This record gives sequence, structure tokens and C-alpha cells, in this order.
Amino acid sequence: MNHIDFALVDWSRAQFALTACYHWLFVPLTLGLSFIIAFMETIYIKTGNEEWKRLTKFWMTIFGINFAIGIATGLILEFEFGTNWSNYSWFVGDIFGAPLAIEGIMAFFLETTFIAVMFFGWNKVGKKFHLLSTWLVAIGSNLSALWILVANGWMQLPGGMKFNTDTARNEMINFWQVLFSPVAINKFLHTVSSGYVLASLFVIGISAWFLLKKRDILYAKRSIIVAASFGLPASIFIMLTGDGSARAVAHHQPMKFAAMENLYMGQQNAPLAAFGILKPDPAVPGHKKMDFRYLVEIPDVLSYMAFLNPNAYVPGIYDLVHGNPAQGIPSYNERIAKGLIAINSLSAYKKAKLAGKDSLAAASLTTFEANYKHFGYGYYANRDVHELIPSIPTSFYSFRIMVFLGLHFFALLLVVLILTVKNKIETKKVILYTALWTIPLAYIASMLGWIVAEVGRQPWVIQDILPTIAAVSQLKASSVQFTFWLFAVFFTALLIAEISIMLKQINKGFTA
Amino acid sequence: MFESLSLLSLQQYWWLIVSLLGALLVFLMFVQGGQTLIYSLGKNEEERTLLVNLLGRKWELTFTTLVTFGGAFFASFPLFYSTSFGGAYWVWMAILIAFVIQAVSYEYRKKPGNFLGQKTFEIFLVLNGFLGTLLLGTAVATFFTGSAFSVNKMNLLDLTSGNMPIISEWKGPAHGLEAALNPVNLSLGLAVFFLARVLAILYFMNRINHATIMERLKKQLLHNAIPFLVFFLVFAGWLLLSNGFAVDPKTGIVSMEPYKYLHNLLALPVVAIVFVLGVAAVLLGIIRSAFCFEKCHTRGIWLSGTGTVLTVWALLLLAGYNHTAYYPSTYDLQSSLSIENSSSSHYTLTAMSYVSLLVPFVLAYIWYVWRAMDKKKISTEELQSESHIY
Repeated sequence: MNHIDFALVDWSRAQFALTACYHWLFVPLTLGLSFIIAFMETIYIKTGNEEWKRLTKFWMTIFGINFAIGIATGLILEFEFGTNWSNYSWFVGDIFGAPLAIEGIMAFFLETTFIAVMFFGWNKVGKKFHLLSTWLVAIGSNLSALWILVANGWMQLPGGMKFNTDTARNEMINFWQVLFSPVAINKFLHTVSSGYVLASLFVIGISAWFLLKKRDILYAKRSIIVAASFGLPASIFIMLTGDGSARAVAHHQPMKFAAMENLYMGQQNAPLAAFGILKPDPAVPGHKKMDFRYLVEIPDVLSYMAFLNPNAYVPGIYDLVHGNPAQGIPSYNERIAKGLIAINSLSAYKKAKLAGKDSLAAASLTTFEANYKHFGYGYYANRDVHELIPSIPTSFYSFRIMVFLGLHFFALLLVVLILTVKNKIETKKVILYTALWTIPLAYIASMLGWIVAEVGRQPWVIQDILPTIAAVSQLKASSVQFTFWLFAVFFTALLIAEISIMLKQINKGFTA
Repeated sequence: MFESLSLLSLQQYWWLIVSLLGALLVFLMFVQGGQTLIYSLGKNEEERTLLVNLLGRKWELTFTTLVTFGGAFFASFPLFYSTSFGGAYWVWMAILIAFVIQAVSYEYRKKPGNFLGQKTFEIFLVLNGFLGTLLLGTAVATFFTGSAFSVNKMNLLDLTSGNMPIISEWKGPAHGLEAALNPVNLSLGLAVFFLARVLAILYFMNRINHATIMERLKKQLLHNAIPFLVFFLVFAGWLLLSNGFAVDPKTGIVSMEPYKYLHNLLALPVVAIVFVLGVAAVLLGIIRSAFCFEKCHTRGIWLSGTGTVLTVWALLLLAGYNHTAYYPSTYDLQSSLSIENSSSSHYTLTAMSYVSLLVPFVLAYIWYVWRAMDKKKISTEELQSESHIY
């Protein structure tokens, strides 16, 4: 049995998670605020009103402060695929690298070239060219999100590829299948719309603070109108795409779905756990089984949500681990055995080919291909199958809090838009305070979305094909631990600097 | 169009593209070079702010080129990404951190509320300038001198040996930092460092309207051009006289070949011409700016910049073309990476090749914006009228 350095795997995961979380603190604001700025500048160009220009410039400065640190953390993330996940880089680089490169060529240059015009070009280029540049920055930012989310979507639902036995890696055979994978498209739409909602709530929250302080009232109300008009449709869209994302998870990542719902035993007419508090089940220690201390259920909804059929069978954690022949679900032990056969037959194929034993090579190849879809499970031979279950409390609570906050955002955006249109927003202090305190909630919801997506699919880097234990680089755990803490301290210092600078900048007001 | 090309042709095409990106990156590192000069050229706050702002309008271009260079390398030669980044961990981490500290420094340097202080962010810029150029140059030199690693794809299938199932294993004692102890690597690192400073000086000459700084620029040009030339000649001399890592095109077996890179230069006349033209343009840009200052100083950056792109492009082509291992292993020759054994598949390279057709369009709009934004030289007074200042 091979030796797995779990400390190395865990620190590598922790470092990637840390970088991704820090990166995601800054990206959603960039995605949405770039469009809000573009809307404001468009109004300025249309009306010629200098107040709209001042408004544009105020939010542009905030954008710039946020953008810089987003770039910094993004760089680390890109290179960490190589530094910490070297096996992964080879095993799927043929597919994963392409979106990353396209992101650079298509999106990053667009973004960074025109951002210079956006910030420094007010007196150097014509008004229309400046406006075009601002729009191109927004388009570039969102295009870059498309490509990285395509790459991430592919990791959740690998497709458009074939394993090449001679090069020992997966190779792309259909680019369009990678690009238009249902998971990738849903993920992109859901993620960017979450950025639009976050940015809208950010602008509304800051503007609410100005209204509470009775400062720059006209600017604040104009900011709210633009942000709420943008955020409200985005918050509806986020619910639609969220529904699509959850269905895709139910179809392609049933363990993640079961963990999100804490559904231990599968069932027909499965109810949705609308609200629940978990407690460990001591009857089966080590099985990660959780019971409900408190539960509010809605009958049939989970079956309907997952398969658009209230009578549909939704597999639970037990079914997936131990198998359910009646539902055609193999157990993890069966999949591990088949995965092991895939790994060993590939090894036999390579050795037979080297030795010139063509018939043995052909037979090994046939066996390999028949078992390839279980390949990744082979690395769990002689291990506890429960290692294949993700953290249930993390998935369950993250999902629920995200959904509840999403509903709160929709309601708030609706109320704020109506009150602003009716010109009553300044007098509604409760709403203004709620808007202000919703800013951190927007960040929490956004982060929880990624936690559901990424923690829920553990231990897979590539769903069912490559687990984290077979994807890492050959490093000392202590080395990765050192860089983890280095990044943790460094990113935290930069975050404090960013928040502090942003607060000072906001405090200067719109007319400074 | 690209579908009909052979795998080798696509590999060569992508080595051409990746090398071009690498060459553009070295040129754009004038930003890093300039950052190391902010204290020697800017003697007071006003002057330093002018210098920082001139660099600050270009830093994102350098940064994006680095990111795209990494992405393109990953997409086209993933085994390099896997082997080098995962192996030479400390070098790449040092490079990454050097660039991360740059990314925030421009925007945060003078903003109120910056609790680390303006000086800290200026030190970050200087550090990025030193480490970014020196380490990247050193890392690129290992394309010719080699590194200690092994690659065995069968490791992925080995569940019985007691080892981690990892295909690339680094054998160097310091996960890449040992490269900095090799004098040849160091000479290229220092050549890149001084070249970046020379290019920065030429860029400042092109952009600054400030008599005092201009006088300092004139002095600094030769102070940096001479060490650049010395270190570049040391590296180039070593390169042309040294053994190289040859790949047998039929068997794929790697062996040492005397004067391999000289042979490559002779076997690839177009590359040789590009190399000679590049070196000549770099030198001409420097010489004209130094000795015909009044008339020529604004054009030096374009001449030396173009020369830099051509020279580095040619050097990287020498590393990968003509059946050469571009990322050689000194630990196990047969683990060395060539463009043939480390590339993506025919399908992926074809798909990516279509995307590469966007590159001229991207270069065109960068050029257009550059021209639109840099029509006039900038003085400290004019800087004050700007609405966004670093």
C-alpha cells in the first residue's frame, strides 16, 4: 500500500483554500462594481451632468483599491496549481490549462489595458473612448470569471476528454463540451450574478451610511438607484441559477448533494430540510453520520428540487457509501475495487507495451477502459471508505445560511428600490441600518457559496477521477505549512490595509 | 487550418508563442528595473512620486504578461508546469511573493489610512524590482544549465512501493534556490536585473519632463549598461561554448552534446539573425541614448525594447528548438523535458492555436492605448492635475 503524507495533503488544501478565500473576498466586488461604474459613466455621457462624473470617479477609486489586492491573490492562485498540485497539473493540464491561458489572452489584457484609460485617461482620450474603456474593463473582468469558472465547472463534472494511456493523462477531445458543460454555465451565471448582488449591496450599504450621516444625499440616492436597479434582477437571477446549480449537483455529485441536505438514508418523496440543527450520531462512530437535533421539513420538495419529480428517489449518504442495488447505486467498496483494477490494468498495459506483449497490452487496455470511471477510487484501496464523505455540518450549514441570506438580499433590494423611487429612503432608518449591516452578510453568503461547492466535493480534485491524495506535489508538509502561515499573515495585513484605506476614502465623500 | 499541422509543428508553434510571451515579459520588466531606481533617481518626495506614477501606468501590463505567460505555459507544456513549479517550490514562491507585494503597492502607497506606511510600500516596490528580475533571470537560466529532478509517469500507478504516487520529484537540496548558487544562472539573473534598469532609464527618458532627473538618468544609463553587458557576455559566452542537452528525434533519448547551443544557432539561421539583430538593437538603443542624447534619448526605449524582445525570444527558441531539452534534468538526463515530451495533445494545441490568433489583435489595442495615453511627457506640475495619483 502506498504511503500518503496526510499532513502534506491537508496543508496543501489549506493553503489553496486560504488563497482562494482571500481572492474571493475581492473578486465579486470587482465583477459587479465594474458594471455599476459603467452604468454611472454612461448616464454622465448621456446627460453631461458633472455630478454623475463625480459619482463615477468616487466608485472608481473604491474599485481601484479593491482591484489591486484581487490581482495579487489571483496570481498566487494560478501558480499554486503548479506549485502545490503538480500531479494534477500533468494529469489534467491538457484540459485545465487551456481556459487559464485563454483567460489571460482574452480577458486579462482587455481588463488591464483599458483600466489604465479608465483611471488616467479622463483628460487624455475622448469621452466616448473613455466610456468604452470603462465598459471593456467590466466585460474583461467578467470574461476572466467565465474562463476560470469553466475550468472549475469541468473539475466538478469532467467531460469532453479521454484518458490517453500512453501519456498517462486526460486529454481534451471536445472543447465545446468543456466550455458548455451544464455545470460550468450554471456556475458562471450563478457566480457572476452573486458578484453583481454583492456589489449592489456594497454600494447601497455605503450610500445608506451617507444618508444616515446626512451627507452627500443626492449622490447617495443616485448610487442607490443604480445599484438597486442592477442588483434586484441579479438577485432574482441568482435564485434561478442557484436552483439549476443544485439540480446539477444532485445529478452529478450525489454525495455533495446528500451532505448539503444531511440526507443519510435515501428516499422517494424526499423532504427538504428547510431548517435544522445537527448533532453527531454516536451509534456509528467514524461514519460521520449526523442526526437532527431540530428539524423543519417541507415534504417532497427535495425530490422535486433535485429531479423535478416529487416522487423521485434521492440517494442518501448511506446508499452512496454502502450501495443500493435496487436503485442501481454501487457501493464505494465496489468502486474502490474497480478503481484499483483500472490503476493496475493501466500499469499492466504500460509494462506489456514496453515488453512488446501486444495481446496482453490489448487485454489490459480493455480492462482499464471498462473501469476508468472509477479510477480515482482506486487510491482509497485499504482505506476507510468514510474518508470519501465530505464534512456534513460544513456543507449543510453553509448551504442553508447562503440560501437564507440570498432571500434576505432579494427582499432588501426590492424594498430599497421601491423606497428610493418613492423618495422615502432617507427617512427609513431601520432599512438604512439594515442595508449597512448587510454588507458583511453579502461577503459571508458569497464565501459560503464557494465553501458548499468546494468542501462538498471533497476528496475529489477531479470528480471521481483524481482525489487530493494523488494530486499534490512532492514537498515537505512543513514547507507548505510555512508558506501557508506566510500567506495568512501577509494577506491579512493587506486586507487590513485595504479596509482601512477604503474606509478613509469613503469618509472623504463624493465631492472631495 | 491548424488541424492539419503535425503535433511537432504545433509544439514548435507553441514554443514560439510562449517564448514570445517570455520575451515581452523581460521587456516589460523595465517596470521592475525602474522600481529599483526610485531612490537613486528621485531625491525627494515629489520626484519619487513622478517616477512611481510613470511606472504605475504600466505595471499591470507586466503583471498580466506574467500571468498569461504562466497560463500559456500551463496549457501548452503542462509537464513543465507540473515539474518546475511543484519542484522548484521556493524559487517560484519567492517570485510570486515578490510580485504580490508589487500589486498593492502602487494603489496603496499614498492612500490615507494605509497603516503600513508609504515607505513600506516603496520598499515593496524596490524588493519586487530586485527579486523579480534576479530570480526570473536565474530561473530562465536553468533552461540551459539544468536542474536536479526526475519524472516518472508510472509513479501515478504505483500503489505498492510505499512512496507518494507523484510523477515529478525534485532532487535539488533547496527546492530550486540552489539554482542561485550556479554562477551561470546568476550571471543571467544579474544581466536581466541590469537590463531591466537600463530599459527603465530609457523609458523614463522617453516619458519625463524634468531636467534634474534627466541629468541623473544620463549618469545612471552607463552605470547600469556596463554591468549588464558584462553579465550578458559572460552568459552568452558560456552558452555558445557549453555542452547542451540534445534529444534524439527518433528515440527521444537525451544526451550531452558539445557546443549544442552554438550548433542550434548555426542550424537555425533565422533565429541567429533575430539574436544578432536583437543584441545590436539593445546596444544601439543604449549607445544612441548615451552619446547622442539631445536628438536620440526619447527613442532609446523602443530600440532597446525591441532588441530585448528579439534577443530573449531567440534565446528561448535556442533552448527548445532543434531537438533540445528546454528543461534539462541534471539528476536523470532521461527525465529532461523537451517540447516533444512535455506538451499538450494535438487537439488542445490546435484549439489553443485558434485562440492565439487573438494575440496580434491584443498587441494592437495595447499599442493603441499606449500611444493614446503617452502622447506627452510628464512633469511634476502636470502630475498634480491628474485625478488619480499613485
